[in-house]
Amino acid sequence: MKIIVPIKRVVDYNVKIRVKSDQTGVELDNVKMSMNPFDEIAVEEAIRLKEAGTAEEIIALSIGPQQAQETIRTALAMGADRGILIKSDQNVSPLNVAKIIKAVAEEENPDLIILGKQAIDDDSNQTGQMLSALLGWSQGTFASEVKLENDKLLVTREVDGGLQTIKLSMPSIVTTDLRLNEPRYASLPNIMKAKKKEITEKNPEDLNISIEQNLEIIKVSEPTQREAGVKVETVDELVDKLKNEVGVI
Amino acid sequence: MTTLLIAEHDNNSIGDSVRKAITAAHEIGEQVDILVAGKDCNSVAEEAAKISGVNKVLICDNDIYAKHLAEPYADLIVSISSNYNTFIAPATTTSKNFMPRVAALLDVPQVSDITSVIDNQTFEHPIYAGNAIETVKLLAEKKVITVRATAFQAAEGQEAVDIEVVDSASSPELSEYISEELTESDRPELTSAKIIISGGRGMQSGDNFVLLEAIADKLGAAVGASRAAVDAGFVPNDYQVGQTGKVVAPELYIAVGISGAIQHLAGMKDSKIIVAINKDEEAPIFQVADYGLVADLFKAIPELETALG
Repeated sequence: MKIIVPIKRVVDYNVKIRVKSDQTGVELDNVKMSMNPFDEIAVEEAIRLKEAGTAEEIIALSIGPQQAQETIRTALAMGADRGILIKSDQNVSPLNVAKIIKAVAEEENPDLIILGKQAIDDDSNQTGQMLSALLGWSQGTFASEVKLENDKLLVTREVDGGLQTIKLSMPSIVTTDLRLNEPRYASLPNIMKAKKKEITEKNPEDLNISIEQNLEIIKVSEPTQREAGVKVETVDELVDKLKNEVGVI
Repeated sequence: MTTLLIAEHDNNSIGDSVRKAITAAHEIGEQVDILVAGKDCNSVAEEAAKISGVNKVLICDNDIYAKHLAEPYADLIVSISSNYNTFIAPATTTSKNFMPRVAALLDVPQVSDITSVIDNQTFEHPIYAGNAIETVKLLAEKKVITVRATAFQAAEGQEAVDIEVVDSASSPELSEYISEELTESDRPELTSAKIIISGGRGMQSGDNFVLLEAIADKLGAAVGASRAAVDAGFVPNDYQVGQTGKVVAPELYIAVGISGAIQHLAGMKDSKIIVAINKDEEAPIFQVADYGLVADLFKAIPELETALG
């Protein structure tokens, strides 16, 4: 089985982001960037399928600026076999990302594409589902468990009421939720080895894709801040305020 | 042209989130039809027909829609899409599963989780876990939108409107429902509860959540948890309040032993009144709390239970 893992370079999840004063976006200069945490889980899941003998090859695919190569290197150091970078300096919306991944999938013919359920920058939660629709494949979103059983994929999904298990025909798309696995850290020898692994670079035009902007970002602003209230000394004082000051209980 | 709102339901009753999404649909300013697709879901359609401002209800009753699997659901919506220019659904795990599929099949972008309607093309929605608000304008002819229900008021009732049957679309047969494990509870749902009491890592174990349940029973509250408590295995994943869990906005939110990581705040900071009980007075949760109590929760929570009588 061949697996493609699309990964996104985003602001590191420990960074407190700042909105630019001209409201054109979020400050990205001199900010630590990392692989989207949900995508790390996707890379880990692919590696586990390879270690279990289910998968033979893992391709890490990223769409973004030249620096996204570093993110691909991280995936290679974790255990992916080779990388593909589709270079784009503009903001690529989920639909355009899905179209690019589809074009790569048509060249590579994977059996499975595993990706994060959402990127922690735009929080869209769209790419996997869109890709699945464009390819006409099955989808198992928000996965907390993935098992291959007689050419079908059993996916347990995190849904609002609890967990749902579905059976999918292959090829398929899986999007990862937090509890699917705990991603490994790359060891130093593997980081060294990853430097020798191949990364192919292309432009969207090489795949006959022109990025359409049918969505305009008007502005990015600060959310309204909540003011800290008061400290109470005792439980009785708390109950009194809730009953008599704000009347919520 | 008309808006199609896709109803969230469990084949028995309509989700509270639908009444809120209707309000968002009206702010976009077009006639609103509701689609109820499921199995033996007549009672849902009847409920939908009585929500204020609904023009008509479309019902599609077929086994293939019983579990709301994304592939057949999206195909059904696309099969009736020529009559509509806006497709809207409350942002639940169900619609997050099928709506982007609808958008891709229509070859248009989607805006996720809108919290405000500026005009019929322009919307606000949170990005970076709610640390920034993005205003976007959809330029495509057809619009696909999911709504953060907590940001909108629930619509009132009206005299029932007509219910029309629509044909099923053919099933792509890509996926099959096997089983589900839904958490059984007599308490209200997190997303519609008026009061929520949530526990964090400070609870120390799943067993200790009985302390919160005792308070919940007295207040008619739902019980939630932070991601730390879920990851530690104290409670199941569907308890999780936060950016990657449920987004809630009750009248009263009581955070117990929760430090207040950004990811948790993103899921509850729109609550009307926030109470924090934590022994660490530096915990960030106090920066958003209306009432903070610096105390050992294992002392304070039993006291609270007694005080509530």
